[in-house]
Amino acid sequence: MRSEQICLSQVKKIFSIGENKVEALGGVSLSIYSGEFIAVMGSSGSGKSTLMNILGCLDIPTSGNYSLEGLAVEDLNRTELADLRNTKLGFVFQGFNLLPRTTALENVELPMSYDRHCRIANPRKSSIEALRHVGLENRLNHEPNQLSGGQQQRVAIARALVTEPAIILADEPTGNLDSHTTLEILELFQRLNREGLTLVMVTHETEVAEYATRLVELRDGRLLKDEAVLTPRNAEEDLKRVAS
Amino acid sequence: MKFHKLIIVALKSIARNKMRSLLTMLGVIIGVGSVITMVALGEGSQKDIENDVVSLGTNLLMVRPGSIKSGGVRGGAGSRPSLSMKDVSRLKQSATLLRWVSAEVRANGQVIAGNNNWNTTITGVAPEYLSIRNYQIATGSFFTHRDCKTRAKVAVLGKTVADELFPNESPVGARLRIRNVPFMVIGVLAEKGQSSMGNDQDDIILAPDSTVLFRLSNGKFVNDISASAVSSEQMDAAKAELTALLRSEHRLTAKDEDDFGVRDQTEIIEIATQVTGTLTLLLSSVAGVSLLVGGIGIMNIMLVSVTERTREIGIRLAIGARPFDILAQFLVEAAILSLFGGLIGILSGLGAAWAVGMLLGVSAVINPTVVLIAVLFTSGVGVSFGFYPARKAANLNPIEALRYE
Repeated sequence: MRSEQICLSQVKKIFSIGENKVEALGGVSLSIYSGEFIAVMGSSGSGKSTLMNILGCLDIPTSGNYSLEGLAVEDLNRTELADLRNTKLGFVFQGFNLLPRTTALENVELPMSYDRHCRIANPRKSSIEALRHVGLENRLNHEPNQLSGGQQQRVAIARALVTEPAIILADEPTGNLDSHTTLEILELFQRLNREGLTLVMVTHETEVAEYATRLVELRDGRLLKDEAVLTPRNAEEDLKRVAS
Repeated sequence: MKFHKLIIVALKSIARNKMRSLLTMLGVIIGVGSVITMVALGEGSQKDIENDVVSLGTNLLMVRPGSIKSGGVRGGAGSRPSLSMKDVSRLKQSATLLRWVSAEVRANGQVIAGNNNWNTTITGVAPEYLSIRNYQIATGSFFTHRDCKTRAKVAVLGKTVADELFPNESPVGARLRIRNVPFMVIGVLAEKGQSSMGNDQDDIILAPDSTVLFRLSNGKFVNDISASAVSSEQMDAAKAELTALLRSEHRLTAKDEDDFGVRDQTEIIEIATQVTGTLTLLLSSVAGVSLLVGGIGIMNIMLVSVTERTREIGIRLAIGARPFDILAQFLVEAAILSLFGGLIGILSGLGAAWAVGMLLGVSAVINPTVVLIAVLFTSGVGVSFGFYPARKAANLNPIEALRYE
């Protein structure tokens, strides 16, 4: 039986804008098991970004419980949340969010410089290894503006991978990429997922969501749909077909 | 994040905006530089004054007559002529802690030599006066005790007087008239220059005390008595002995006030030191204000930098930087900016002190303590003025920071 990595129960998030209270999440319960590749869908304002922020420990729920690998996140302070993001989570953003004028290698090394326990013995070696894993072993010393969008996103994925996180959260990772590069990134995600990595990916494109193993759809801050994808598409095969 | 990495990150970000960093540092550079310059020049001129005072004479004690007191109204110092040649001989005979004693009898008058004339002060002194006041003979010779006894009409000229009266010839052996009394010039004093108070120490004529007293002055009272204590350690004892001797000579009872005053160099030095010290303090505080302004400049630029790098801060927070890491990053950057500025400021301050000192003829004294304080103060400025922007950065919400365009 696969182990439960994340458990959300009755998570609510309410934003107060002046007098108005906006309920972004209205009681979401969700369990995520290791080795899953989950696509989170929903129109804008459905609460998927809020859900990602809470999953990513960037924000804490107004009420409800969130346990990450058995740890109750809602009780942690800013510093403890930062440590948790550093050790257990990897982020991939729509806008890549690499440090400008900083080489790919340095970008990948960055998370480890904030690890006070130095879990990774040799940050440089691990970073090179992570970049090789995403196929950028020839671009170590390139800066983000010398890389294509797809390559930048690969650097971001390497940066997320290098700390050996429990889970990778990708917020519209293919939103800024063309269809071919999108396939390449999805192929990478599927490969990482086959190697045992848990992935949560927010997207609003149905074609992209079809590569995941489980589909979660939100509307107005509530779960609308939560179902397994019976036959996920294979990005590798799709790439080959496009090429031929 | 480890400290050496913080420094590397800070240096990179400073190097990324070279012009801006330089302008930011300029405030600190000017602040530190001017503090260093002011203090160096202040201490230098203090030193100059001390040297000047020492050049007035060796372990000098100056006795001046007291003040008149009639019906409760007191005249100024020296208003009552109370010192006489008898006092001088008493001191010469009985004092054990005074090496040299000399009367000073002053007369003003027009001095005429050939076609030239000059108005100056003629001071009647004993031969010891040369040693007491650190004068040197440039040419010719000085008069002797014998000249003093015989009221010889001989004179020794200061450099200024010699130049004015004898522009083209050697004055030694020449004749001149002082208030119609003929004198023979037997020597010229070596140049001593201006005193720190600005008066020309070479605009003098020295003649035997008795000659001036009886031929040019009133024949009774001397203006001052100069004496030299045997050593600088014995100054106070010598002063006490001198006072006691003069009191007994003047037959003063225990309840009478002194009818004379004794001053020594330490008092003069103290006054001069106080004046320059106040001036130095004033100038340094003005310079200190510019350092403060420099600090505010750092804060300003750090605030701009935090805003500009909001997204970067968001990325760092998202991948696990603790708020403290962000705080430290910006604090280190501010500290490095001000420390660099401080170091450049110290160097330029030292250079400026040297240059201004050369220009104004004041010596510049570099005090290592002041340099150390300047370094500590600038890093303090950096950290304290960097704290607000750094805290602002550390308290950013990562979600909003990531969304910041």
